[in-house]
Amino acid sequence: MSQKVRIAQLSCGPEYSGVQKEIYDAAGSVGAEVFFPDIALADVERAVDRFGLDVRSADLKLMIARGMALVDGKVDADGVFIGTCFRCAEAAIVRNELRRYIPEHSRLPVVSYSFTERTTAGTLLTRMEALTTIARRRALLAREEQTGITMGVDSGSSTTKAVVMKDNEIVGTGWHPTTEVIASADSVVADALAMAGLVPDDIQAIGTTGYGRFLIGKHFGAELVQEELTVNSKGAVYLAGHQKGSATVIDIGGMDNKAISVIDGIPGTFTMGGICAGASGRFLEMTAKRLGVDITELGPLAMKGMGKNVPMNSYCIVFGTQSLVNALAAGSSREDVAAAACHSVAEQVFEQQLQEVDIKEPVIMVGGTSLIEGLVYAMGQLLQTEVVVPPYSQYIGAVGSALLASGFVKGE
Amino acid sequence: MAKVFIYPATSLILSDLVARFGHKPLGAALGIRERIQTAGVDSPPLQITPEEPKRGLKYAAVEVPSGVRGRMAIYGPLIEEAEAAVIVTDADFAFGCMGCARTDELILFSLRQSGIPILELKYPTTDDEGVRFVAAIKKFLAGLPNGGAA
Repeated sequence: MSQKVRIAQLSCGPEYSGVQKEIYDAAGSVGAEVFFPDIALADVERAVDRFGLDVRSADLKLMIARGMALVDGKVDADGVFIGTCFRCAEAAIVRNELRRYIPEHSRLPVVSYSFTERTTAGTLLTRMEALTTIARRRALLAREEQTGITMGVDSGSSTTKAVVMKDNEIVGTGWHPTTEVIASADSVVADALAMAGLVPDDIQAIGTTGYGRFLIGKHFGAELVQEELTVNSKGAVYLAGHQKGSATVIDIGGMDNKAISVIDGIPGTFTMGGICAGASGRFLEMTAKRLGVDITELGPLAMKGMGKNVPMNSYCIVFGTQSLVNALAAGSSREDVAAAACHSVAEQVFEQQLQEVDIKEPVIMVGGTSLIEGLVYAMGQLLQTEVVVPPYSQYIGAVGSALLASGFVKGE
Repeated sequence: MAKVFIYPATSLILSDLVARFGHKPLGAALGIRERIQTAGVDSPPLQITPEEPKRGLKYAAVEVPSGVRGRMAIYGPLIEEAEAAVIVTDADFAFGCMGCARTDELILFSLRQSGIPILELKYPTTDDEGVRFVAAIKKFLAGLPNGGAA
């Protein structure tokens, strides 16, 4: 059995929130163990003075001292989990500053989270899995070229995608709305194989990702079952032709959004948030339905409108829809409403998530929503940069999985 | 014998002083260790479940962080039970400290609102202040119902 990945926990409030067990369980389920860096009480104030952030809570001071001990190399760890109570402003400041400080001064991957008493191991699982992968599989993540014949399947909350790759080229794709998880996966795999002119036996390695990754991974006998933060990062920089240096990957999904700061194709800091449906692809789907257009037509429609003509800015899908209905009732054009919806989603992601990662250019948008050009435009406006949408961006998870799966091709 | 809430609740020195004067200390019964190997400075010995933050809703609204509510689920009932309180502010970590400053503010406010007799002292920094500090606590505790000499 491989050695456990050691994750240092820097936190304030998990035990009194009743979620410490959930943190242990999430780490345990991905072959990691959480530990608390051993610190002398006498060293805490000294470390806080050196860090320069004057906070009142003793546990936040302890977090800072532990973070500095990790950076100074006094404590060994493979990764860092930073967690504080949701809605605590003092803790949020410390959490953000440590999340920035640790990767800047060390090679330790960091994931941070603000929890409530409702946080479960399931919520933390993808983050812990990504953290563990980055720590454990640096060699695998360093892969820049696909070799042999591999397939990637992404079982997402809204859609299921498959990609067949051969000798560093995409030779087959499949895309279906997710209904029954295995049946949807079987359909997209059949489509991708047919397009590639291949049969299942030709495939040398399979990688799966997305919410249904474990189920379909078992179904297909996949060599690699991997969360989407890692594969999306790899897929994005691979397709954008930017495997070296810094990049930021944004994926606005049907159920959650990911913002990942990538260095040399490996995720550094990342956030993964559900926020609320008003900030997801789901809201754009609803908008398209209400406007009577296909989701593929929403982007071009939005590009013809002026978003600022319609007040719409809510992370709640119900309030967002209310604004949408009110705007249409008041006589706003469909184009303006479509543009406002795109801007609203981009703004929620910008305000709620992108503040938590260091935005480094190029900014690469991936996932199905990256095909909605109005959304990409709105994000570019907010970030004041040109957003890159690589080819096959809607297949990003499948491409990243197929790329990484080639590390499992025999002889590799 | 009076039930005396102590703040910091983790102060074994305060707990001992209260007990010596014949009263019942209400605190966390946790000592602050020289080396911290747990999640926080005042980590509870047993796992708290997500039910505690929900019970804490009696003392703090839902928008208050879960860690504060979880702590209040423990300290709130003790504050309700308390007949007196000794509060030491600006204490050295080693004297006793609590992990969350927001909970501290709520605990102190709740104690002050309760109308019970309270002795509030600053943590002493010199020998003379230390002598006066202990004398003040002794006088306060002796004045409580059924208090005795140490």
